[in-house]
Amino acid sequence: MQDVREAFMQGRNSTGAMVQRPLSPHLQIYRPQISSTLSIFHRIAGIALSGGAVLLSLWLAAAAASPSAFAVAQSLADSILGMIVLFGFTLALFYHFCNGIRHLLWDAGYGYDLPTMHRTGYAVLICSVGLTVIFWFIGLVVG
Amino acid sequence: MAELTLPKNSRVGKGKTHKAPAGAKRVKAFQVYRWNPDDGGNPHTDTYEIDLDACGPMVLDALIKIKNEIDPTLTFRRSCREGICGSCSMNIDGTNTLACLKPIEEVKADVKINPLPHMPVVKDLVPDLTLAYAQYRSIEPWLQAETAPPPDVERRQSVEERAELDGMWECILCFCCTTSCPSYWWNGDRYLGPAVLLAAYRWIADSRDEATGKRLDALEDPFKLYRCHTIMNCTQTCPKGLNPAKAIGKIKELMVERQG
Repeated sequence: MQDVREAFMQGRNSTGAMVQRPLSPHLQIYRPQISSTLSIFHRIAGIALSGGAVLLSLWLAAAAASPSAFAVAQSLADSILGMIVLFGFTLALFYHFCNGIRHLLWDAGYGYDLPTMHRTGYAVLICSVGLTVIFWFIGLVVG
Repeated sequence: MAELTLPKNSRVGKGKTHKAPAGAKRVKAFQVYRWNPDDGGNPHTDTYEIDLDACGPMVLDALIKIKNEIDPTLTFRRSCREGICGSCSMNIDGTNTLACLKPIEEVKADVKINPLPHMPVVKDLVPDLTLAYAQYRSIEPWLQAETAPPPDVERRQSVEERAELDGMWECILCFCCTTSCPSYWWNGDRYLGPAVLLAAYRWIADSRDEATGKRLDALEDPFKLYRCHTIMNCTQTCPKGLNPAKAIGKIKELMVERQG
């Protein structure tokens, strides 16, 4: 911590000498809960989407550059690793989308009570996984 | 800024184990965070084995039993033992709550007890709440009105106006919510935290208070109010069943409405 809180880390012992106080444990001991877990997922999904947007632009740039460059981009996307990255990208997209709606409802003043918050949380998890599965089913089987 | 790990001097080591008395049938282990400014070392965890047949039902009963019968150096705050003073707030079994309201039975494994998270430790389970109290003072938690009160009666409210304050006046400022909030952990120097924002909304929502505009002006700040990202750990952990996240949401709504 490099801020005003540093001042409160200074204490005294019983002889009056200055001592550095410890900071109580936080992430190390706090139980992961539906509230905080879905929140950090939202951030991770957001960061993943930023990375995915860069890859998407590279794919478009390759398409604009030349047929051979596009062929390379396509073969990368078609590889096992490429498919895993694409799967993660769609999962992050659908999670961020569903939880984004949950955030919109909160900002509009709905869904703050604990039972509703828990229900919408699990609904977001189910919907984002469901949408991802449907998306890939359409992409791989139907399309 | 977020620092995910503990500073070197704060890493928690292993401590002593105090065995249960011979013949104890229902033994429960309590792992308690210890730090003494006179020892000059890092914090450590001491384990106390308690015979539940000779102990009251709540975690606070166990702490008092430890202090009385096993280790008088154990330091913690407590007063009313019935969830109204807010002194014995601490982290029990991974979530913040009042030790006096937490039944030992609810914890299946060993009972792990830590001070409120991400706070400076004065000793053992006693955190320094100076900053949190200063933040509370900064929202001016008292009635402010230009209009003179009626000469011979108090300032009156309708039943509905009074009902607006339900779920807020009950807050006992134990700071369980504030210290459960990751946003407060990382930005507690400038973010006010859920307990203080709940208190701020308690005065904004009061029909007798005439300083709403000034109060909202004071909160219109990227850090004081808007470090709340609706993580909801506050509401999840409040030992009084209050909803600080909802109060913060209401403040954000008012901010938007008055721009409209």
